[in-house]
Amino acid sequence: MQADNNIQSGNYESKVTLSAKALSKIYQTGDVKVHALRDVDLSLYESELVVLLGASGSGKSTLVNIIGGLDTPTSGQVFFYDDDLTAYNDHQLTMFRRENVGFVFQFYNLIPSLTALENVALVTEISKNPMQAAEALAIVGLTDRINHFPAQLSGGEQQRVAIARAIAKRPSILLCDEPTGALDSKTGILVLEAIERVNQELGTTTILITHNAVISDMADRVITLADGQVKSISENSKRCKPKDLTW
Amino acid sequence: MRALDRKLVRDLWRLRGQVLAIGLVIASGIAVLVMSLSTVESLRDTSNAYYERYRFADIFSGLERAPIRLKNRIADIPGVQTVQTRIVKIAVLDIEGFEEPIIGQLVSIPERGEPLLNQLALRDGRLVSPGRVDEAVISEPFADAHELRVGDHLEAIMNGNKRTLDVVGIALAPEFVYAIGPGALMPDDKRFGILWMGRKALASAYDLDGAFNDVSLSLLVNTEPEYVIQQLDQLTKDYGSIGAIARKDQISNWFLMNEIDQMRTMSMLLPTIFLTVAAFLTQMVLSRLIATERSEIGLLKAFGYTRLQVAWHYSRMIMAISAIGILLGWILGTWLGRYQTGLYAELYRFPFLYFRPSIATFAVSALISIAAALVGSMRAVYNAATLPPAEAMLPPSPPVYKQRKNIITHLLAWLDQPTRIIFRQLARWPIRSMLTSIGVAFAVGVLVMSLSWFDAIREIIDVYFFDAQRQDITIGLSHEQGDQVVYELSHLPGVLSVEPSRIVSTEFHALNRKHRGTIQGILPSAILNPVYDVDRGIVPIYSDGLSLNSMLAKKLQVAVGDTVHVKILQERRPEIVLPVVDIFESYIGMPAYMNLDALNRLMKEGKQVEYLNLLVDVKHESKLFAKLKELPDVAAVSLLQAAIDTFNKTMAETLLIYVTIFSSFGCVLAFGLVYNSTRITLSERGRELATLRVLGFTRAEISYILLGEVGLLIAVALPIGCMFGYGLSWIIVSAFETELYRVPLVIQPSTYGKAIIIALAATAFSALLVRRRLDRLNLIKVLKTRE
Ligand SMILES: Nc1ncnc2c1ncn2[C@@H]1O[C@H](COP(=O)(O)OP(=O)(O)OP(=O)(O)O)[C@@H](O)[C@H]1O
Ligand SMILES: [Mg+2]
Repeated sequence: MQADNNIQSGNYESKVTLSAKALSKIYQTGDVKVHALRDVDLSLYESELVVLLGASGSGKSTLVNIIGGLDTPTSGQVFFYDDDLTAYNDHQLTMFRRENVGFVFQFYNLIPSLTALENVALVTEISKNPMQAAEALAIVGLTDRINHFPAQLSGGEQQRVAIARAIAKRPSILLCDEPTGALDSKTGILVLEAIERVNQELGTTTILITHNAVISDMADRVITLADGQVKSISENSKRCKPKDLTW
Repeated sequence: MRALDRKLVRDLWRLRGQVLAIGLVIASGIAVLVMSLSTVESLRDTSNAYYERYRFADIFSGLERAPIRLKNRIADIPGVQTVQTRIVKIAVLDIEGFEEPIIGQLVSIPERGEPLLNQLALRDGRLVSPGRVDEAVISEPFADAHELRVGDHLEAIMNGNKRTLDVVGIALAPEFVYAIGPGALMPDDKRFGILWMGRKALASAYDLDGAFNDVSLSLLVNTEPEYVIQQLDQLTKDYGSIGAIARKDQISNWFLMNEIDQMRTMSMLLPTIFLTVAAFLTQMVLSRLIATERSEIGLLKAFGYTRLQVAWHYSRMIMAISAIGILLGWILGTWLGRYQTGLYAELYRFPFLYFRPSIATFAVSALISIAAALVGSMRAVYNAATLPPAEAMLPPSPPVYKQRKNIITHLLAWLDQPTRIIFRQLARWPIRSMLTSIGVAFAVGVLVMSLSWFDAIREIIDVYFFDAQRQDITIGLSHEQGDQVVYELSHLPGVLSVEPSRIVSTEFHALNRKHRGTIQGILPSAILNPVYDVDRGIVPIYSDGLSLNSMLAKKLQVAVGDTVHVKILQERRPEIVLPVVDIFESYIGMPAYMNLDALNRLMKEGKQVEYLNLLVDVKHESKLFAKLKELPDVAAVSLLQAAIDTFNKTMAETLLIYVTIFSSFGCVLAFGLVYNSTRITLSERGRELATLRVLGFTRAEISYILLGEVGLLIAVALPIGCMFGYGLSWIIVSAFETELYRVPLVIQPSTYGKAIIIALAATAFSALLVRRRLDRLNLIKVLKTRE
């Protein structure tokens, strides 16, 4: 896997994993057109951690969903290495997600009828080169909870299972849409540490959407969206550890 | 429109697929109910009106020959209103272009004016003119079968003389609603017809001047027929009467009433099944809907809506769903009822047909189904109404799954995660899963039950027409004759073998039980028409007692070794106590057999025969038919093949339609159940399934989780359904056990197979519909919201 070879972060010489070219997304409801994204150009490099900021409705989720192969743009292209995702059909997109993308959402989205371990196994069973489900749970620090059902886990624990589930397939990209949105700060930091660790140890290119500007301190780069456009991109010279963040 | 009303309408629209599926199941139940009840009503009203308008008699008696003056003494019996004497005879008819002999029932009508009883409903032409001996009115179905019209001719061999008769009229009569020839089961209008002729014509042809051989009576209101029958039998006993019968035993009426009774049985059974399932479905959908609307309900209550208002809101929803089903069911049921009544009108001939289903039929069906739905959903509504407002505002806590350490855990360890999801889901909702399986099993059961009719009929045909009867032709003589006739007939062209028999009218008594029937005397060597047991095959005939059909034995409550008091109603009217030596099983009628010689000895007569069973070489059939039409003593000729054909044709026409109707309803049931449970599962777990899609599961893979669950429930349902089918068939078979028929309980493996295939097709169809929704699952929307 590509990501295994390159564990360095903030390495601009490293290859572009994902890139968006002139990406637009227009939602049409009745007569009203909403430009969720306007001509977004963006490149994501191997093993970097990007924090995506922006006001509510600025198009963050839309962008991430398109990059992750959940949604298709109205115009523009998305490249995963040299492959044009916008040319993919539904099945190809599914396969792309299955092999290359890990998702973490605000509301965990665990399968209630499966234990923590089984929720992770769900993904390892269908991917080509996964790690052991237990190993993924160890990375997020949940070794002692593997046989618990979601209903028996706290919110933070559930979110860490979701992270374990997302990374167990060794994805090239990890997409996290407000993973701490439903959590208090202490629990949120535990979750961020898990994400940080995955990014560091596996070299997974990571995008982290958040409303919380403090969190941008742990990123290599911070991209701010406004009104469907990239307003600014800033680089952090030094990444903070999540445990040093406070809010 | 008030806000709650609007919500009701929107909810119904949102759930329209499920509402329709439930509606269809309710409609099926209602349709069967309305169809059966309206047909029952229609047949009952029509026959009542027909009987009244055309003065159908209350008591019937046939005799040998009685002087006209006996009529006055009959009229003097207390309770008798009108007496109509007639001459009734059986004759062989000949119509040009129709090779086989036809049996004609000749019935006299007065020279002038209408008969007093059993009047004719003239369909065309006129009654016979006074004094004309060569005119006849013929029965309509017979005329139709041979395309005979007023002005056409036909020939009748009356008392050995061939006569050419003019058809002057075409008619129906209340005593021949179900017009069957002697010994037949179903009307064969090509080979049996009624001819009404002038009294004088028949009197002179059969030497019955100043005499009659048939009498019918009508009674004053509130007169018990039993008493009059007793008195009448006393008067007619010396004139060769075989005993009078009341209207209820009159053959045409008896068949008609039997049919109406059977239909009434059907109208109870099947709607019960359908409406029960519909109630269960309503409950399933509603309780799920209420679970998703907890916060809305809480909100309503927080605003000050009372429990009653909340309960009323959901009750109205149930009633609306029921109303859709009821309306559909009414329309469908009325249509089917009309269709079915029309079908019956082919078999049972009426001059007019009333089809006016009563308001009561509709009201009853609606009431039953609404009540069933309300009772079924009571719990869900109650839960909604009693939800405390505060708690209702919280989302339902996520379902708690538990890890149990048992064999199942070990089994689960071998499964992949999606399969594990399926099993955990089933284990989490065991009752719901079980009910769904049972519902589908009912559907399969209904299918097996409907389809098994074919097996039963096949079995009846095989046993009754092929195994038990091997003759080609049965000949009835106009009178008993010495057994030299066997020898004579065996020399006719094409006749390979001849077997004699004799049938005598008999009253059986065993303690206070009584049955009127016949004893058939056959030779021990009989192989063409032997005593045939459905399990044992041909059984020997004993000379020292009676062999009874099991239904007759049951009616008389006798077993082998018991004795039966036998009163012969013919000739010298001997009475004797006979032991029961054998009891055999047969599907049709309630026959009793004796050794022919023993029967003749009992009758105190020499070797007499009345019926002859012939094995015939088909090559010479035409010559034989021509010869038979000439023979003076031949009163009736019946062809086994013709009987089989009629049976098959009638069964094909009626049965196929029933089976189609009930199978379709079975499909609706399966479809409704599967569609609803998958839709509910989909709405409950759409989020979960969308998450799996996001994680990279393909459409096929998530379909597996959703439909695999249903598939598993169906897999469980199929064998149970086959068992239900067996049980339902058993219930129906028991309900249909009459003196005329015993429907055998046979279900071929292929019938189970067909039922399963049909049920699977219905479920596959609903799965396909849900699968389409699954494909349109909105991945992104699901991720935005909390449950
Ligand atoms: N399915 C949809 N139909 C119509 N408009 C939509 C749809 N999804 C998103 N939008 C619109 O597109 C714009 C961008 O939405 P998006 O969800 O990407 O915002 P966001 O930056 O993630 O906001 P938030 O921080 O609140 O999650 C918004 O104006 C939103 O209203
Ligand atoms: Mg968003």
